[in-house]
Amino acid sequence: MNATTAPLVEVSGLTKRYGDTLAVDGVDLTVLPGEVYGFLGPNGAGKTTTLRILTGLIAPTSGTVRVLGGAPGQAQVLARTGSMIESPAFYPYLSGLDNLRLLAEYAEVPRTRIHEVLALVDLAGRAKDRFSTYSLGMKQRLGVAAALLKDPELVILDEPTNGLDPAGMRDMRRLIRELGADGRTVLLSSHLLGEVQQICDRVGIISEGRMVAEHLVDDLRTEQELVIRATPRESARSILTEALGAAAVHQYDDTLRVKVAPDRAAEVNRLLVEAGIAVSELHSTERALEDVFFELTTTDNGPEKTNAG
Amino acid sequence: MLGSYRAELLKLRKRSAVWVLFGAGLVLSLIFGYLLPYLGYATGDGNQQTDGIPRSEVLRGVLPERVMDNTIGGFPVFAGALALVLGAIVVGSEYTWGTLKTILTQRPGRTTLLGGQLLGLLTMLAVWVLGIFVACSLCSIGIAAAEGAPMDWPGPLTLLKGLAGGWFVLTLWCLAGAALAVAFRNVALPIGLGVVWILGIEALLAGVVSSLLPDLRFLSDAMPGANAGALVFSVTGMTAADAPPGVRDAVSGGRALSTMLVYSAVFVVLAMVTNRRRDVS
Ligand SMILES: Nc1ncnc2c1ncn2[C@@H]1O[C@H](COP(=O)(O)OP(=O)(O)O)[C@@H](O)[C@H]1O
Ligand SMILES: [Mg+2]
Repeated sequence: MNATTAPLVEVSGLTKRYGDTLAVDGVDLTVLPGEVYGFLGPNGAGKTTTLRILTGLIAPTSGTVRVLGGAPGQAQVLARTGSMIESPAFYPYLSGLDNLRLLAEYAEVPRTRIHEVLALVDLAGRAKDRFSTYSLGMKQRLGVAAALLKDPELVILDEPTNGLDPAGMRDMRRLIRELGADGRTVLLSSHLLGEVQQICDRVGIISEGRMVAEHLVDDLRTEQELVIRATPRESARSILTEALGAAAVHQYDDTLRVKVAPDRAAEVNRLLVEAGIAVSELHSTERALEDVFFELTTTDNGPEKTNAG
Repeated sequence: MLGSYRAELLKLRKRSAVWVLFGAGLVLSLIFGYLLPYLGYATGDGNQQTDGIPRSEVLRGVLPERVMDNTIGGFPVFAGALALVLGAIVVGSEYTWGTLKTILTQRPGRTTLLGGQLLGLLTMLAVWVLGIFVACSLCSIGIAAAEGAPMDWPGPLTLLKGLAGGWFVLTLWCLAGAALAVAFRNVALPIGLGVVWILGIEALLAGVVSSLLPDLRFLSDAMPGANAGALVFSVTGMTAADAPPGVRDAVSGGRALSTMLVYSAVFVVLAMVTNRRRDVS
């Protein structure tokens, strides 16, 4: 593998234990250069813990982690990584500008960069106000500005839209997409499917500390299924299950969902009609990322199986 | 390291709590060093303040020749407590604000960061000591002029020793505050524990040992406060009779200095080691 395609982040078998809590449980994760990677999972899934390990703030219990070819937290790795982990934390008594000034001292970057990043996150007008007077959206943007100070190759953002109003979310997502378009590699965590769908190229889904899937966002989105409304529903379900396999058929509200290509719709229809089942509706739909997500993160005793009997 | 140091100075310079502590130390020094003694002197012999001490002695105590006594006489106790508070709030609030994580993900290693932070604190303590010295000097000049008394100054070496000794006393307590703040990742607890130690336990222990348990004198003489008091005693011209609380010749100046060096080193090492590997969350 040459230098331009070697992964920027390589995590394998990563585990972090807090007392009895297994916060991260054998996570494998690879982020390739130039991609915007979505690290998706519900609250408490282990996203922040993983990102803290990647930035050297906490030590893993076990597993291997390489960031930009080095160990997390090494000075030469940190010099090329910008990050905002969990909520933005700054000195409340200093202005946004002074906060960035001292971070620039710590990061050893020239002061001219401060005004560039302030403009980038659209905070130049309020830069001289105290951080404690900022709205949550401004705090988040200052956090992103701080993450960009070093003009980093790898940007790690932990739920950067958390707590923002819709306009704030839209602006933040646009900013992240621009970072990706600039050729930066972005590792973004989120608990919002729509967000990942909008911004990311690839998504890794984490639930209860385990990676349950890693996909290209486009692959997930283009997965098609048929939506069928038929009576009696249970007979329809058993006929389809027999013909297409149990894995392809499931029930959602009062419809049946069948995972087959749209050009097989006529075939499915004939199957049901020949068995004397009334089909009142049949159309194909793109599976929402949301459905995929719940399918992957719900355990086997979830609601879908309870109506089988 | 230079960048971390500069950043630290910026944070300290702009933080009002730092100047409030400095102001409190300065005002207390002036009140107890000049205002009260001078009032005692001015209101005459019958006053309690001058009980047993001739008026001329009281006046001498506030003239330039004794400026160093008044500058650093309060350091072992109240300015020391303020320095401990300074160390604890500056280091501890990095944890309570979560700014430690913001800084560490920028670049500096943990040891560099804490090193810069401690150096920044020591620099500010030097500024503080100089400020108190200048204010005390002005007061003593004013009093000498008003009373037509002589303006004899201590020699430069005596001044230097006094300033350095005072600075080191504050440094010791400030490092103690910083080490406690790292240990507890907090501000309030270290301040509470440290102040109880300086203002309560040290004095209690010394009292109990001298009256009830003289065999334990080695213990009370090993306490940081007792050594700070002994150092101040040795670098000023005080006598046992006119020394303020906390200042006494429990041990020799040389032994006080080396004991304090050991304590300072222990505080720094403890803070560095605790800080080095621990999770930051
Ligand atoms: N410092 C800590 N001590 C104990 N448990 C923790 C700590 N940090 C996180 N956890 C636990 O680890 C799990 C994962 O947390 P986190 O990584 O913050 O999740 P996410 O960011 O995906 O919401 C949660 O159950 C959380 O309670
Ligand atoms: Mg989180």
